[in-house]
Amino acid sequence: MTDHPPLSLHVPEPAVRPGGRPDFSNIRIPRAGQVARPAVDVDAEAIRDLAFSVIRVLNRDGEAVGPWAGSLSDDELLEGLRHMMTLRAFDARMQMAQRQGKTSFYMQHMGEEAVSCAFRKALSPGDMNFPTYRQAGLLIAGGYSLVEMACQIYSNTHDPLKGRQLPVMYSSREHGFFSISGNLATQYIQAVGWAMASAIKNDTKIAVGWIGDGATAESDFHAALVFASTYRAPVVLNIVNNQWAISTFQGIARGGSGTFAARGLGFGIPALRVDGNDYLAVHAVAKWACERARRNLGPTLIEHVTYRVGAHSTSDDPAGYRPKTESEAWPLGDPVIRLKNHLIVRGAWSEERHRQTEAEIMDTVIAAQKEAESHGTLNSLQHASARDMFEGVFSEMPPHLRRQRQEAGV
Amino acid sequence: MPRKTMIEAIRDAMDVMMSRDDDVVVFGEDVGYFGGVFRASQGLQAKYGKSRCFDTPISELGIVGAAVGMAAYGLKPCVEIQFADYMYPAYDQIVSEAARLRYRSNGQFTCPLVLRMPTGGGIFGGQTHSQSPEALFTHVCGIKTVVPSNPSDAKGLLIAAIEDPDPVIFLEPKRLYNGPFDGHHDRPVTPWSKHDLGDVAEGHYTVPLGRAAIRRPGEAVTILAYGTMVHVAESAVAETGIDAEIIDLRTLLPLDLDTIETSVKKTGRCVIVHEATLTSGFGAELCALVQTRCFYHLEVPIVRVAGWDTPYPHAQEWDYFPGPARVSRALTETLEA
Repeated sequence: MTDHPPLSLHVPEPAVRPGGRPDFSNIRIPRAGQVARPAVDVDAEAIRDLAFSVIRVLNRDGEAVGPWAGSLSDDELLEGLRHMMTLRAFDARMQMAQRQGKTSFYMQHMGEEAVSCAFRKALSPGDMNFPTYRQAGLLIAGGYSLVEMACQIYSNTHDPLKGRQLPVMYSSREHGFFSISGNLATQYIQAVGWAMASAIKNDTKIAVGWIGDGATAESDFHAALVFASTYRAPVVLNIVNNQWAISTFQGIARGGSGTFAARGLGFGIPALRVDGNDYLAVHAVAKWACERARRNLGPTLIEHVTYRVGAHSTSDDPAGYRPKTESEAWPLGDPVIRLKNHLIVRGAWSEERHRQTEAEIMDTVIAAQKEAESHGTLNSLQHASARDMFEGVFSEMPPHLRRQRQEAGV
Repeated sequence: MPRKTMIEAIRDAMDVMMSRDDDVVVFGEDVGYFGGVFRASQGLQAKYGKSRCFDTPISELGIVGAAVGMAAYGLKPCVEIQFADYMYPAYDQIVSEAARLRYRSNGQFTCPLVLRMPTGGGIFGGQTHSQSPEALFTHVCGIKTVVPSNPSDAKGLLIAAIEDPDPVIFLEPKRLYNGPFDGHHDRPVTPWSKHDLGDVAEGHYTVPLGRAAIRRPGEAVTILAYGTMVHVAESAVAETGIDAEIIDLRTLLPLDLDTIETSVKKTGRCVIVHEATLTSGFGAELCALVQTRCFYHLEVPIVRVAGWDTPYPHAQEWDYFPGPARVSRALTETLEA
């Protein structure tokens, strides 16, 4: 006989469910400018606290404050604002195009635009991102063509991936954007391998891995951290914590650990948390981590604390799993509005210019969309041929595929 | 021509390729300093340095995932999975990543990597050191699968695999590492030094992927085999005196169907032999292809000899292993049918 009561299973629950009042009181957010900026060659052990804090630059008044501020000029910030606005406009048009039946699927970035747009500006030509599906800002801020993006989404005759991939699973070697898998987390360890290769070849390029909060539970994440740690790979490993993995709140993947960044500590990897809705903070942290990688000081783990305002994809309705007004209660605000306000405080921007720019950007996006649609949409059946389907499985088509292509009569 | 064991031939292939091409890197569990548990990479770290031949954490997923990233960068990783039985944690990286990268990126990224894995039983390895998972690879679009049966082929096929622009699974029948094991586990092992195919040419040469070899020409029946079973089949043919044509497939995908078809149309009989479990094994694919191509030439139904559909047992290893007695029986029945 035992004196213990029967065991029971703990299943974490989010603070609030649909119908409840949104509550983010569990997220501790320090004031902007409070977190120290260590030297890039700092020992991971010496900055353990950064895995539990949040690096922030923009304060409530729109001022850039503290040791992580000051890395970007007015022009660079205006460019960053345009990138985020372009991504938001593009999302709006593509989301609508999906609803109109022009494509099968779409995933938007609403609320997370700063993460990929700001990070991209810390990279150099030749560096390689291993993204997941909500980092199209890497492409837009890297100068990739909106038309090509839309052609991929429409799987039309000008789709650079020949209709082989789901919408938004872009690939552009030229723009440092590795082919998106769609299987979660696989890219994380590949980023580490790519970075190891760069080190093996005594190259100067670095790799950047991307993963969502939910996918950190995959074994690939842990393999990536142990390989990055063991070989001190020149890689920056980003976790985009947007609070939700489809309907599953981040506590299911995080478990009892305080933060996702804290996962890095056991591997001896410097781990930082950053306000993912603060363009300046993301850029400053990205620059710090990239500098570490480039100086052969090894990997850095960054948790971007942000919020997915929209649905996971066009295939789910967030009203089924979280309060409808939750995004309004998100304490870190909107990345576009925050950067806009900062530029206004700096005297480099105005509400009127912002409205004008918004309209101009929408015109540009619509023009790109129209050009893409002139090459077809998914429902117009203008796409790569059935014959193309058999190409590219191998570098040279083996006899059995040739026979099958013949059988298909294409 | 020097005679080598299969392990020496495999090491020689990696050595040749590492010296010819700086982009070839070799890594895996115990692969670096120690030279691998079967000693395939012995001496390579000392010769080429730690950044080209190194030990990894015990994570097959990590090993293959990192190799995919390296291949995307432009290296040619030749990676060891310590036993094919350990491959499963890496399966997603093989199936969804390595195999599809060229296709899904429309050739922007490719994956020229080789995954070497010791396969098959016969060493009292129990269920986790004896499996033959080749059918799990041949079912995947975008990877090639190779199974050598002797040192000479092993070297040429491995060099061809490393030079191939696509991912290649290289399954090494571990019972063949030291000699042409013919299934008679109760007899002394013949070393490769006493076998003609232990002759391994110096330097660089290739055995092209996708080409079978006729090990023994014959008229009465065609035996399709690969890896260890080639030698088991030879033993069965010698013991029955049946004039069988033995085809060593060498590459399962792409498959040399023309050689198979020519032979079966000539003999009108076909026995398929593999060590892997029967159901949905590669023999099922061979069987389907042969009956489609050769139906009107077949005198009797195609027969498969394979491992039983059980996990690979430890104590009952030789009851499980499809040895010469079972192959002989199949041959005799096929001819008498």
